[in-house]
Amino acid sequence: MMATDKFQKIVGPRTPPEALAARRLRFLWPTLLFAAAAILLIISIFLPYWSLVLHAPQYPGGLVVNAYVNHLEGDVREIDGLNHYIGMRPLNEAAQLERTVSIFAIGALALLVVAAIFIHSPWAALLALPAVLLPGVFLADLYFWLNNFGQNLDPTAALSNSVEPFTPTILGEGLIGQFKTVAYADFGLILATIASLLILVGLYMQRRAYKPLLDTAEGEV
Amino acid sequence: MKRNILALIILTMLIAAGCSLADRPTTAPAAPSEAGSEAAAPEAAGLSADAAAIAQERGLSPDDITAALKVYQPTGVHDEYMIFASGGHSGQVLVIGVPSMRLLKVIGVFTPEPWQGWGYGVGNQVLDEGAINGRSIRWADTHHPALSETAGDYDGEWLFINDKANARVAVIDLRDFETKQLLKNPVVINDHGGTFVTPNTEYVIEGGQYAAPLGWAYESLDTYNDTYRGAVTFWKFDREAGRIDPDQSFLIELPPYWQDLCDSGKQVSEGWIFCNSLNAERATGGIEEGNPPFEAGASQGETDYMHLINLKKAEEVVQNGGTTEVNGFAVISLQTAIDEGILYMTPEPKSPHGVDITPNGQYMVVSGKLDPHVTVYSFAKMLETIEAEKWTTDDYGVPVLALDDLKEAQVELGLGPLHTQFDNQGYAYTSLFLDSAVARWSLGGEYADLHPEEPWQLVGKTSVHYNIGHLLAAEGDTVSPDGKYLVAMNKWSIDRFAPVGPLLPQNFQLLDIDNTGENMQLLYDMPIGIGEPHYAQMIKADKLEPWEVYPEVGWDPHTQAPSPDGVQIGEEKVERDGSEVEVFMTAVRSHFTPEHVEIEQGDHVIWHITNVEQALDATHGFSIPGYDINLSLEPGEAATFEFDAEEPGVFSYYCTEFCSALHLEMTGYLLIKPSGPTAMTTE
Repeated sequence: MMATDKFQKIVGPRTPPEALAARRLRFLWPTLLFAAAAILLIISIFLPYWSLVLHAPQYPGGLVVNAYVNHLEGDVREIDGLNHYIGMRPLNEAAQLERTVSIFAIGALALLVVAAIFIHSPWAALLALPAVLLPGVFLADLYFWLNNFGQNLDPTAALSNSVEPFTPTILGEGLIGQFKTVAYADFGLILATIASLLILVGLYMQRRAYKPLLDTAEGEV
Repeated sequence: MKRNILALIILTMLIAAGCSLADRPTTAPAAPSEAGSEAAAPEAAGLSADAAAIAQERGLSPDDITAALKVYQPTGVHDEYMIFASGGHSGQVLVIGVPSMRLLKVIGVFTPEPWQGWGYGVGNQVLDEGAINGRSIRWADTHHPALSETAGDYDGEWLFINDKANARVAVIDLRDFETKQLLKNPVVINDHGGTFVTPNTEYVIEGGQYAAPLGWAYESLDTYNDTYRGAVTFWKFDREAGRIDPDQSFLIELPPYWQDLCDSGKQVSEGWIFCNSLNAERATGGIEEGNPPFEAGASQGETDYMHLINLKKAEEVVQNGGTTEVNGFAVISLQTAIDEGILYMTPEPKSPHGVDITPNGQYMVVSGKLDPHVTVYSFAKMLETIEAEKWTTDDYGVPVLALDDLKEAQVELGLGPLHTQFDNQGYAYTSLFLDSAVARWSLGGEYADLHPEEPWQLVGKTSVHYNIGHLLAAEGDTVSPDGKYLVAMNKWSIDRFAPVGPLLPQNFQLLDIDNTGENMQLLYDMPIGIGEPHYAQMIKADKLEPWEVYPEVGWDPHTQAPSPDGVQIGEEKVERDGSEVEVFMTAVRSHFTPEHVEIEQGDHVIWHITNVEQALDATHGFSIPGYDINLSLEPGEAATFEFDAEEPGVFSYYCTEFCSALHLEMTGYLLIKPSGPTAMTTE
């Protein structure tokens, strides 16, 4: 009995049909928002999270690298070729673990958000929390690796005398050698951020819908 | 005073040019002064009093300014058309942009070309295909490039060119602008009327020139009429393989009339080939023996013979095994050509030098260079006459159709007419060698409605400088010419350029043929300082789709496929098997791997090297001093060269393309140890 109680407490109150009939939208909103957030998260897997454009006179079209959660695209080979002059390791050596697990992890986050649809208690916030934090975690990890790569240059590289270890700009403009760099959050990260905001709004809507029911239930007990 | 008037004219023109711009305060009337309004695009906003001052200071006339505005390409703006020109004696092909007339590339073809490494480690096997009787021939008299065609229109995929001196043909792949194949004609010793393609590039046609016994045999000149022969060769092109297949090719034996230029029939005349000739007199020269020299002997008669060849029937004969073999090459004998209705002839005025088919395929245009007319023959009348079996025969029994039965028109143009091309306005353009001019004349038939003039009339002439040979209009020998631009390929430049010693450059002159009527403005002079180009073709640039870099790292440009000897990063090594050493090397900015290669004197070295770059323009060179090796390794390219390490010593190999800031450091040491204890002693 205790276990069932606890389960019911976590799951939260079910919606009585008469309440649903009266305030249909109020109960529908959190479902829609969570579902939308989950879908955006899944879509974001197929889009770059972060992009970097290098501008230099001899590259009229610029050099681009697009960072997806599980791989890099763009002029990676050429950028690696240039980076070897300053002793930076090949970009694909970075964040190997993160890239390996990212698809499953984000899929899991999306499932947790979907699960939160059915959890009408404050526990829903805990389920949705990882997804809310995803953009921040991504940027933090990105910073870690950029810093790690920028600070650990091979001292025997050809141009190591002219380039001091540095931390590449994570968002915005930077300058390294003749290259002007422009780094920006790309569609994937933007979608993930929108998903975070939708989840936060969804949690608020969910509390607004179910708190009265919860209070009533507790009152009955 | 004169200067002031000139300045005023220029100023008026410039203002007229700028007056279409709303934001430009001007009271000048919007008169459509020809040049001004053409140039009055919004880009003309920069025109200012400064421009007028510059024009005045440089002594530029309003026409000069118009010409400059029509050809100038700002940096980064690509040309609308590309010319592929024969490089003449250089043995190469020139690639030129239009309207800027900038030289974009010299493609190594028959002759070594060090920048491309052509013959210095890459392309050697192709150049060796051009050897004759085992002797390597490293120059060529390139004459007539031919772009591949689909349905009679340039398709931008392949380019062919002949070597007149040695009767050779080259195949160039326009994916990478590299030569893929050279072929020596095994039957004739020289050619002229090549290369031309059939409307779908089934065949590359190589016309003959100076008659000789077939198969490079010896016969006395006394037996000229019986043993000397002309020929036209049909090389079968296998588009899939990107090669000419000699086993599917054949040649038609012709009378010794010195066949010259050919052209393929198109549209209604597809399946027929037309070649002119210039020595129906069968003069054999011998000025030193009191005979008339060739120049006189071959010009005695009033007419020579245009050859009319039914290619479809020739193909049937080949398929039915009706050929003989000369040096292993299929030959349709003259008698078979006559018997099977493959070959007919018709007289053409005097010592002609071109036969050009109109875009609709209905007319054959011939210029007798010693006759002031172009003669226009009707293909339909030709068929009717053949159908009616109305002919006489020449000494060899070849049916000769009467000129009057085939003639559609004759147009008097001027002195020394040579070659004709066409535009999209119903005009034809003929080069006049002796007049040093380009003649524009009006076509009749279904072209008559396209232009305001009466059909078959001279419309205008523009002087060119000097002694024009071929001319070319934009896609002017296809089924759908573009008009717009025409280039006069002048043999002499005389006073056009600053003097550079007694050997003068040729002169390509760009003409604007976009309007109708008499006027064709001369826009630009381009000196050619590498050889004497003969013919060229102009293709719309957007039809070409060349690769920016090779599709994969480790690509063999010769096979256009990944090379089994391509080297990837991490696979570099040096292997020894007895006295054979195999080097597997990569090149990337800014190092070769390995940087030390140690071998022994007497070793045979097989050296594989791959440029692992994939960036546009990241080409590396690779040279070994003392061993005559210099490669050009374009991004992705894999090359293999071999040499015998005969001289010991220390050889620094290095990158010969300035590839990067650390280009000078892109080097390595080849150490060839002396063999035996006494091989190397220091004095």
